[in-house]
Amino acid sequence: MDQFSVTLGSKAPCAGKPQDHGHALPILHEIRHALERLIATGEETRIDLNAMPFGPGDLDRLRAWLGTGEVQASVSAMGLTLIQETAIPGVWLVDYQNADAQRLTLHLEIAPVPEILRPQAQDLAEAIATLDARLEEGQSNPPRSS
Amino acid sequence: MPVRKNPDKTLGESLRDHGLSRRGFLKFCAATASMMALPPSLVPAIAAALDAARRPSVIWLSFQECTGCTESLTRSHAPTLEDLILNIISLDYHHTLQAAAGEAAEEARFQAMEANKGDYLVIVDGSIPGPDSNPGFSTVAGHSNYDILMETVEHAAAVIAVGTCAAFGGLPQANPNPTGARSVMDLVKDKPVINVSGCPPIPMVITGVLAHYLTFGRLPELDAYRRPLAFYGQSIHDRCYRRPFYDRGLFAESFDDEGAKLGWCLYRLGCKGPSTYNACATMKWNDGTSWPIESGHPCLGCSEPSFWDAGGFYEPLSVPLTATSGDLLKTATVGAVVGGGVAMLAKKRAKDAVANRQPVTVEELEDRL
Repeated sequence: MDQFSVTLGSKAPCAGKPQDHGHALPILHEIRHALERLIATGEETRIDLNAMPFGPGDLDRLRAWLGTGEVQASVSAMGLTLIQETAIPGVWLVDYQNADAQRLTLHLEIAPVPEILRPQAQDLAEAIATLDARLEEGQSNPPRSS
Repeated sequence: MPVRKNPDKTLGESLRDHGLSRRGFLKFCAATASMMALPPSLVPAIAAALDAARRPSVIWLSFQECTGCTESLTRSHAPTLEDLILNIISLDYHHTLQAAAGEAAEEARFQAMEANKGDYLVIVDGSIPGPDSNPGFSTVAGHSNYDILMETVEHAAAVIAVGTCAAFGGLPQANPNPTGARSVMDLVKDKPVINVSGCPPIPMVITGVLAHYLTFGRLPELDAYRRPLAFYGQSIHDRCYRRPFYDRGLFAESFDDEGAKLGWCLYRLGCKGPSTYNACATMKWNDGTSWPIESGHPCLGCSEPSFWDAGGFYEPLSVPLTATSGDLLKTATVGAVVGGGVAMLAKKRAKDAVANRQPVTVEELEDRL
């Protein structure tokens, strides 16, 4: 059997230790511009991180730079959507997943509150009717008090 | 497979019938925007359009192919094929996936064509032995691929050629092309033809084109090879995360040298990224896990015409010294539009130029691109 030659003293990084390809830094600048717009005019911005030509480790580096904030939320509709506030107020990571927990897309939202957490306008329009129906039902069948 | 006749319900109504909340719909639209390579700012517009959209009938024809394109689609994770069939498109005929066989299957195709005359989409994977070839090279139910294609597209709204075989002839057309294989656009001249090339194409690109048609009711903007610009508008090279190494002149010279281990540019190992247009660098493969260059392998250029005959996969890219990339593109455009003698002349010029290929340096390539 042929012998494999082994090179000692390689300077190459070992697997699992991604190097910097420099693609995360421009996103930070884009976030900065978006934050300026949000503060000045209230304009919100969404950045599709799935559309970025990231190399290995670029996304992890970006997430590390953004840090982790206080708020975590999840929406259960067509699979989970995980929302994580970053350490930069107004900058959110929104991870859309399908029912098999596979990522559909990953957005950065620069907004006071991510869009998917807000009640939708049509839902709000139906809110009073929904509550009235429950009130009516509650009056005819009042819950037992202890 | 039961035939659906022009479904009455809009997609929004259909999804709500399935118990999907408005937040779920918003999420569906965010995934769809990403799939169509559109900015997230268009999500509200996509939501409004999809809410009112109606499902188009789709007939899928498979000819001289390896089923890799269907395999690619069935592994699409967003949306799942189940979603695609049940909620987005009405897939009325697909050789490989349908349960029906024989006359019942062919009857389903005829019913779908009749019920949706002028409105249905035809998806084709695989190349077709041309009208002058022996029809026996590839038949379905005793009918030649050519006859089935021409009969099915007659009342179609548009034809989507999925995979490099259907788009450009692909492997069956590789020299010496024993079956006389032709692409769909070689044969279908009176219908809009969209090419979704790749061997196989990225599944999200296939569903993205369908989603675009469904959302906006029209076909996406195309490049000179009739590929959707949203996915094929930029070269692999321009979107490659290893591009900074190319710009700094840092190249892997072999698959196990220091440069390869450090993730340097694979140009000198035969990467066809500079001449290949596709979305692999951003959409990636295997649920967004990776793509060939990220896995350390040069791009083969599988979404480009004649990639099987374009020289060795591991030979550094060369360009003809007598023809620029613009010439080659013009040749294809002119060939598609004018036809006849002008196209023949242009093709001969390109053919001669390809025959005289010479290796070029990185600097020369940079000048030409």
